[in-house]
Amino acid sequence: MLATTILELSHNDLARLDRQLEEKVAQAPAFFENIPLIIAVDKLPEAEGQIDLAALMQLCGKHGLRTLALRAGREEDIAAASALELPVLPPSGAREKLIELVEARQAAAEAVAPAEPEKPKEPERKPSKVINHPVRGGQQIYAADGDLVVLGPVSAGAELLADGNIHIYGPMRGRALAGVKGDTGAQIFCQQMGAEMLSIAGIYKVAEDLRRDPQWGRSVHVSLSGDVLNITRL
Amino acid sequence: MAKILVVTSGKGGVGKTTTSAAIGTGLALRGHKTVIVDFDVGLRNLDLIMGCERRVVYDFVNVINNEATLTQALIKDKRLENLYVLAASQTRDKDALTKEGVGKVIDELSQNFEYVICDSPAGIETGAHLAMYFADEAIVVTNPEVSSVRDSDRMLGLLASKSRRAEQGLEPIKERLLLTRYNPERVTKGEMLGVEDVEEILAINLLGVIPESQAVLKASNQGVPVILDEQSDAGQAYGDAVDRLLGKDVPHRFLDVQKKGLMQRLFGAR
Repeated sequence: MLATTILELSHNDLARLDRQLEEKVAQAPAFFENIPLIIAVDKLPEAEGQIDLAALMQLCGKHGLRTLALRAGREEDIAAASALELPVLPPSGAREKLIELVEARQAAAEAVAPAEPEKPKEPERKPSKVINHPVRGGQQIYAADGDLVVLGPVSAGAELLADGNIHIYGPMRGRALAGVKGDTGAQIFCQQMGAEMLSIAGIYKVAEDLRRDPQWGRSVHVSLSGDVLNITRL
Repeated sequence: MAKILVVTSGKGGVGKTTTSAAIGTGLALRGHKTVIVDFDVGLRNLDLIMGCERRVVYDFVNVINNEATLTQALIKDKRLENLYVLAASQTRDKDALTKEGVGKVIDELSQNFEYVICDSPAGIETGAHLAMYFADEAIVVTNPEVSSVRDSDRMLGLLASKSRRAEQGLEPIKERLLLTRYNPERVTKGEMLGVEDVEEILAINLLGVIPESQAVLKASNQGVPVILDEQSDAGQAYGDAVDRLLGKDVPHRFLDVQKKGLMQRLFGAR
């Protein structure tokens, strides 16, 4: 018994068929090489009009599909097949209906898809963690996957951690570690910087170095360039 | 229901027990029925400072273990009608305190008193934790020096996160700062942190400033709460603090260097 493949047409747009076949063949080039094919046009909607059988066969040949026969019901199609000396098979029954439906749905989907440009993926965004009370020594606050905003003072011995940026609007005397998961673009903003330690993505400065900075005690913006922590006046 | 006040600090030796005794006595002096509870199990001192050490029969731990009733364990002050002391055990350690046991005693006390003063031990372990756990208000005793301020800060963090009020999501404990052993002379010389410095670091309401005073040591050794020594600056400062605790608006005193007058200089009086 010979296994054949049936190409059931749901439209009469050869350029589109070309694209579709190309995609299909690309999925399994070895499988489609010189494969025996039956072209079925019996379920082609009337509105699609008369197919150009010769061009269709040529197109199939281009993708390595060898046409064995035409399955058709309409007079014109049968005549066209006879002209090309192509055997004609009678229209199929209900068995292929399912395939037809799937094909039709795919065709419908393809007809719709290009009209709508693909939407860019919404970036995932976690809300910032906002702390509106003083952060005391010994307390540790971690904002996972986002920014940390502290409105109160941060005492010596307190630790602020965030995967994103850290903003401190009270006097800052504790430790702040931004981008703890390695985000080198993370930044720290302090209203009054008197920190024990500032760190971005693991690059840090301790109070000993920070104290010598002319911006000590002022409003600062801390960012990373390369492996140097930049402290600039806000 | 009584107001439960904890006197705490984190650091040792800053004057928690002196403050507990003074504030408790001050409240009783002003007509409020007050009990002072010593949470420093194993290192009890409150009874000494209150001058009732010779009358301790049953203690806090006995009550928790149902070995004595609260009525048996409460020691009535000899000087003041409204003042009671619940002493700590000297033979046990802090692990003798349980949350359930302490809760039960505090509940019972708050039925019968207007103020329950919990004298916290130093540190942040079981004793200190249970002393502040049930509190409505906290007096954070701090000396004007860096390590004491830092420990107080840590304690404030625990008050905000590890108390019953925090766990049940109630209104947070009202925190007040009491600065003790303050020496304006040394502040002007830059040897000691000033009131503003400490207030700025801790960012809480200032209840009072108690000046460094000879009267405190004398009072402790005599077993008389320093607030009863009305001649002394420390006694007066504690009096002001109690008034502020009761909602009065009293100006802060003893913050500036006292200029010695001619008479003082001549006679060398302090």
